[in-house]
Amino acid sequence: MLDWPLLSLLTWIPIAGAVAVIALGQRSPDLVRPLSLIVALVTFGLSLLLYAGFDATSAQMQFVEKAVWIEAFNIHYHLGIDGLSLPLILLNTLICVLVVVGGWRITDRPHQYMAAFLTLHALMTGMFAALDALLFYVFFEAMLVPMFLIIGIWGGPNRIYATVKFFLFTFFGSVFMLIALLWLYLDSGSFAIADLHRHEFGLVPQIWVFLAFLIAFAVKVPMWPVHTWLPDAHVEAPTGGSVVLAAVMLKIGGYGLLRFALPISPDAAAHLDWLVIGLSLIAIVYIGFVALAQSDMKKLIAYSSISHMGFVTLGMFLAFAIARNTGELTGAGLGMSGAMVQMISHGFISGAMFLAVGVLYDRVHSREISAYGGVANTMPWFAMFAVLFFMANSGLPGTSGFVGEFMVILAAFHASFWFAFAAAATLILGAAYSLWLVKRVFYGEVANDNVASLKDLDGREWLMLTVLAVFTLGLGVWPYPLIDLMEPSVQNLVGHIMQSKTG
Amino acid sequence: MTIAELQLALPEIFVLSMTCVVLLADLFISEERRGLTHTLAVITLAFAAILSLRLMMAPGEVVYAFSDTFVRDRFGDVLKVFCYLILIGVFVYAKHYLRQFGLFKGEFYTLSLFALLGTMVLISANSLLTVYLGLELLTLSSYALVALDRNSLQGSEAAMKYFVLGSMASGMLLFGMSLIFGATGSLALTDISAALSAGVGEEMLLAFGLVFMVLGIAFKFGAVPLHMWIPDVYHGAPLPITLFLSSVPKLAAVALAIRLLDNGMVALHGDWQGMLVVLAALSMILGNVVAIAQTNIKRMLAYSTIAHVGFILLGLLPATPEGYAAAMFYTIVYAIMSAGAFAVLILLSTSGAEAENLDDLKGLAKRNPWHALMMLMIMFSLAGIPVFVGFFAKWQVIAAALSAGLTWLSIIAVVTAVIGAFYYLRVVKLMYFDEPEDAEPVTAPVDFRAVLTVNGVAMLALGIFSGGLISLCVSSFV
Repeated sequence: MLDWPLLSLLTWIPIAGAVAVIALGQRSPDLVRPLSLIVALVTFGLSLLLYAGFDATSAQMQFVEKAVWIEAFNIHYHLGIDGLSLPLILLNTLICVLVVVGGWRITDRPHQYMAAFLTLHALMTGMFAALDALLFYVFFEAMLVPMFLIIGIWGGPNRIYATVKFFLFTFFGSVFMLIALLWLYLDSGSFAIADLHRHEFGLVPQIWVFLAFLIAFAVKVPMWPVHTWLPDAHVEAPTGGSVVLAAVMLKIGGYGLLRFALPISPDAAAHLDWLVIGLSLIAIVYIGFVALAQSDMKKLIAYSSISHMGFVTLGMFLAFAIARNTGELTGAGLGMSGAMVQMISHGFISGAMFLAVGVLYDRVHSREISAYGGVANTMPWFAMFAVLFFMANSGLPGTSGFVGEFMVILAAFHASFWFAFAAAATLILGAAYSLWLVKRVFYGEVANDNVASLKDLDGREWLMLTVLAVFTLGLGVWPYPLIDLMEPSVQNLVGHIMQSKTG
Repeated sequence: MTIAELQLALPEIFVLSMTCVVLLADLFISEERRGLTHTLAVITLAFAAILSLRLMMAPGEVVYAFSDTFVRDRFGDVLKVFCYLILIGVFVYAKHYLRQFGLFKGEFYTLSLFALLGTMVLISANSLLTVYLGLELLTLSSYALVALDRNSLQGSEAAMKYFVLGSMASGMLLFGMSLIFGATGSLALTDISAALSAGVGEEMLLAFGLVFMVLGIAFKFGAVPLHMWIPDVYHGAPLPITLFLSSVPKLAAVALAIRLLDNGMVALHGDWQGMLVVLAALSMILGNVVAIAQTNIKRMLAYSTIAHVGFILLGLLPATPEGYAAAMFYTIVYAIMSAGAFAVLILLSTSGAEAENLDDLKGLAKRNPWHALMMLMIMFSLAGIPVFVGFFAKWQVIAAALSAGLTWLSIIAVVTAVIGAFYYLRVVKLMYFDEPEDAEPVTAPVDFRAVLTVNGVAMLALGIFSGGLISLCVSSFV
């Protein structure tokens, strides 16, 4: 049974589903939603088979598929996963199901909506599984197209500005990566990521290659100061778009750094780790303050995402400082695992928070904090979920938000006390903006008639929030399945980046 | 002249005879049965494609014929096959427009076929004389085509401009050729190449000759600073003619450049590379930046052409087989993309008014979702977004520039590509995010829709399965 080309199926079934949905859309619109759901569920089910068949003791690429794609340039359709990509693929397929359920009530061109999301998720799966650099780039860029349409067609009033900004920012970042990949191809004669990992070249070109990767992935993460597209995109995107953006798309930046920037140019990464660490700390602290000042809920969550993603980039680049300062590697792997856990956990929490805002927006059609107050009185069940997710966002122990942050802060102590000090500030800031939002929106007196007439969650919303709550709590209480899954790959990566490639 | 030589030129001979047949037959076809001319022209192209394909499949060594004035190689055969295929598309698109605008005359077909013949001669040229012969046949037919609608002031003005500037460029090219001839003492490109690598010829003479020839090539391509005719001609000519000009003549231009610069003067690579670098950089920058400011979509696509020419030139820079293959791939792909883009404009033109302004595209996704999707794919392909084929064209030429050691130029290329993405996105925005001004559904004859569908889906299919076309181009230069 496990001889199936699972990764290809995961990539192409949703695309085939999208084509079917589009074809069906005009004739029988009633079938669009069930069909999309079936496709999403099948994909999710197949990704569980991936989990079941995965050998967590190995750092090797598994489920490898390889076929010639462009013969003249030695480019392959080459897929495979290791402990770094598997969790992200699982997250992606899960979020896909939730987004399809979440978009059940879309009335404007629902077939195109569903098709765009299915395509987007398919492309992201393909990207996480790609082992050929050009194939990766194709998936990486192609996903801009559905996202561009999602924000542009189903977004808010200022959607066109937001979507064009999103597109151009990401496109601008990634073209430098294209140059780096082509340069590497001309230098090494291969587009295979594994070959690029082994390819040795001098420090100066490494620095240029590293910077090119950094621009591409920093825009995606997003790191300060190239984060400005994110709040706009989040605010204008429809709920489903925001969820995908926060839960999965931001992780692509972190994944790219792990897969490309660090192992391909480790010497440059060691040279320039101060840059990434500095930018991460600025994001954590400064953007945390910016989040505090927001009056729009989606914007607040967007800034909080940037701040939390700062942890991810921080955790990834601590290894070099740890090796320099202590002479050993204790904690290096911890930082990187922490970064991965933080990415997965942020996927659940931010997705859940955007869904929660969507629940309110569907009823009141406002995202302003000031339009609410005392929601807990009319929607007690909803308030329970929302408070859980906002608490998790502020890093409450027992939720997944705590695990990743704690691991990264622990690792930061190995590197430098001040890194840890600055990073820990986020625990306070995160708690401040999250809890203040909870206080203003959910507690207190019922603020106005809109709030007074609110109805509590329906079954569909219950389902979505419960699923995410289970994962948030489960991962918070018992994170080992996830950490064990990644451990060999993380150790392998840490070992790899500590070896100089300048030859 | 032997039978074997004539067989090599069979496609040319066939197209020439059939064009004459079309010309004569059209005289006897009554107005309401004009469709026959169209059918005859399409059949001509289909058969020509078969003839060229037969040559292409034959064992592929390079053969020179007719006292070294003509060359048969894989590059030529592949390029010709694409010329026929694209021209079939152009004819189908054009018919719909010509009918609506009362221009459905036989002249369009004969002139286009003569232009095609010129392109074919040019593609297979191995002598400065055949190059010039083919080029003039192509451009003279094009001048007349631009003025096809003789009641249109705009069209006549464009034709006049095109004629004056084009003649001057041809003159420059001819002057350059005469200087090279004077320096090397031969007309055949292979002999010129041999003479140049042997160090024959006075340097000053060669330098002047080269400069004038590069200028001529740049004009035919429409590269900055010899680009000014492009927006005016694209704007002034009737839509099907603009469609034609942006497709087949581009293939001719790339053949012109490769025949002259590579087959003839590869020994001067160091000199012409520098000139092409300037042309490429300026074209990419000016084309992409100025296109943003256009409200007329024909002018916007004209500037977009200029930008794409800059990219095509990148492929020529390293003077390697891979580079030429990249330029060839890009040109073929560009011709297909731009044919599709103009076809959508024809689709939107209703009798009496061409769809010229960007606003005419508003809300197309609601008026005709399927063709809006085709236009979407064409636009993303032009912008160079994977998985559409335009991306595969772009990365190859950028790799070519990198392999020539021109990293800074490849950075200019990608940055201008991002700038360019803006105006292609604007088209998508108008189609998908805006409400239509006129809710009437857009329709077209079935053959038109079928070809447009093939054209749009090709953006995706050629992208996903780009390996085949890339191999075909690469194998043309081994």
